[in-house]
Amino acid sequence: MDSATSDARTPLGASADNGLKIVVVGGFGVGKTTLVRSVSEIRPLNTEETMTKAGEAVDDISEVRGKSATTVAFDFGRITLDARNVLYLFGAPGQERFWFLWDRLFSGTLGAVVLVDTRRIGDSWYAIDRLEHHGTPFIVACNDFGGQTYAPQQIREALDLDPHVPLLDCDARSRASAKQVLISLVEHVKNHHGPQSGRYDTQVPAPHQELAL
Amino acid sequence: MSRPGRDDSPDRLYTLTGGRTRSGPDSPFDLVTLVVAECDPATGMQSEHAAILRITEHPTAVVELAAELKLPVSITKILLSDLLTAGRVSARHPRKADLDPDVLEQVLVGLRNL
Repeated sequence: MDSATSDARTPLGASADNGLKIVVVGGFGVGKTTLVRSVSEIRPLNTEETMTKAGEAVDDISEVRGKSATTVAFDFGRITLDARNVLYLFGAPGQERFWFLWDRLFSGTLGAVVLVDTRRIGDSWYAIDRLEHHGTPFIVACNDFGGQTYAPQQIREALDLDPHVPLLDCDARSRASAKQVLISLVEHVKNHHGPQSGRYDTQVPAPHQELAL
Repeated sequence: MSRPGRDDSPDRLYTLTGGRTRSGPDSPFDLVTLVVAECDPATGMQSEHAAILRITEHPTAVVELAAELKLPVSITKILLSDLLTAGRVSARHPRKADLDPDVLEQVLVGLRNL
């Protein structure tokens, strides 16, 4: 590679033709990047997206220069699944401004993992509410920080979690554990949100409806 | 954290894209659209275009390009739209996995094999 920044790049195979997305959402310090790193074949990278509040109608750089820009930074990693399918894992902040960019960035996502620190359950309420609103299939994974353990039912009640949403414990630092989280999510998607589940029609969010501020 | 493309040099972004700040709702590029170069970088080409053509010698997702170029995703999409229009790159768009149980099964198999 000619570029000095390209040294660490691991290129995809020539036959790769289908990118897939899974989003890991959670509060600050809950272990999103750690989980992504545990299973990613590349060192997690960071990038950002910017949206002006004037939105889609104004094509003017002054909006970016001013204070009205919403910028969201996120990490991502990559898993080559087979010769054609490549899974991208995004670690995204759950704060309010992030959701304005959800449709632009994460429409068509396979599903989401809400990563929870049981010492700060309230950090996850907003993310769960928004995922339900967007009709995005998700599971909840409690990252083990070695604190007090709670019965699953206690956590479900604290999160006001729909009974069909899977809830599991994980250790984001462990590759095996992170892998199991992803498998649980995809199985959930397959069982509850797939074309045969009969639920699909109710799960399609209207595109760009969140972009109008 | 200081990232080029956000606070320090909006004028640079303005120059890069000829004043356009968005790729529009009709942008064909998803975050995980895989981009492949269809030609080599040529002399006289905008340096970001040349960089994209070098990187996409192998299939590369839009988001990886943005990270590599240290540019916001939306700016990267504008640059890619220019290259796509000029036939210098091709785009492999994501298939709708939630509509395709075969793809979901392939994802599961891939993850279990990790």
